[in-house]
Amino acid sequence: MNGLTGNDVIHQYLRHNKKFPHVLCPGCGHGIVLGTLIRSIHALSIPKDDIVVVAGIGCSGRLAVYVDFNTVHTTHGRALTFATGIKMANPKLKVIALMGDGDALSIGGNHLIHAARRNIGVTALVLNNSIYGMTGGQSSPATPEGATTMTNPYGQLDKAFDTVELARGAGANYVARGTVFHVKKLEKIMIEALGRPGFSLVEAITPCHTQYGRKNKFKTPVDMYQWLKKSAIDVERYEELADDKREGRLPIGVFFRRDRNGYEERYYAMKEALTGKGAKGGRK
Amino acid sequence: MAHQKKGKSTVTVYPDWCKGCGICAEFCPSKVFEIGEHGKATVVREKDCIHCGFCELHCPDFAIVVRDKSPVAEMEDTAPDKPGAKKGA
Repeated sequence: MNGLTGNDVIHQYLRHNKKFPHVLCPGCGHGIVLGTLIRSIHALSIPKDDIVVVAGIGCSGRLAVYVDFNTVHTTHGRALTFATGIKMANPKLKVIALMGDGDALSIGGNHLIHAARRNIGVTALVLNNSIYGMTGGQSSPATPEGATTMTNPYGQLDKAFDTVELARGAGANYVARGTVFHVKKLEKIMIEALGRPGFSLVEAITPCHTQYGRKNKFKTPVDMYQWLKKSAIDVERYEELADDKREGRLPIGVFFRRDRNGYEERYYAMKEALTGKGAKGGRK
Repeated sequence: MAHQKKGKSTVTVYPDWCKGCGICAEFCPSKVFEIGEHGKATVVREKDCIHCGFCELHCPDFAIVVRDKSPVAEMEDTAPDKPGAKKGA
């Protein structure tokens, strides 16, 4: 694997016996997120066998099928619960929960806040495309106010969830947001998230042209990437903007870091204190 | 990934994997790609490539590979059946 660059690296991590090209639509950002995840794991030199990718249901759930790690394709919204179990059973594994916005914020919303509160050592990767893409374009909790969808033909009335503030309030250790246009930044964020203790949440904004863009005046997938390029702004610069100029801008970057111990560390410390035996530490 | 002088890299698009979304053609700073008549990205101005790496990072289908010119000849010897491989590189 050494000496390879760019997409040659990624091809080493794909399951080439699965049908390629993948099922995602032309211009879907999920493939870019998958590539970024692979590159960040490659940069950290973590062996394939020490990575567990747990995916829920939806377009993002398909990603786990294509990568050559330990993978679980779980039920809708329950990726974090499976991930919690895997991390508790074997804390040496790096567990990554891949979820879509509907998966993480709607049907699995309760699991998200409690995984963050518990601060379990899992990296949650929320692929936010603002819509339920696979089931036909229904509004999700991340659909922006006023956006047109299949189930809201006259515009969405609800406000969208702010994933960052939600995770901050729930008690996550590390929360960051990136977009698939700013890939280098997203890669840096993922490398940091994978190396941190406790619950890390990375929200990746990925455009869904097929179900969201076409109904919201984005003629081509490229238009959605132009929109990401125009609207994204570093969170430090966003903080300095006047309130009236913040409209329509998307802050990206690392929002906050905490250094609380993860749930599995506290659990095994308690176990050791009570029984006098060391932590099991998992099978190697 | 560092920027290089023009004409020092080879750009390969695997047509079977390309879905023709047009991201590479739109954002390439040297306009190396165009969407061909079959709706797939094709390399038209390979000599202008500065190896910035944008297309590799942003291709959602992992269909583009940019390599330095010198080791490419060796790699093609070991894998001659790669689709779309450039001749005479």
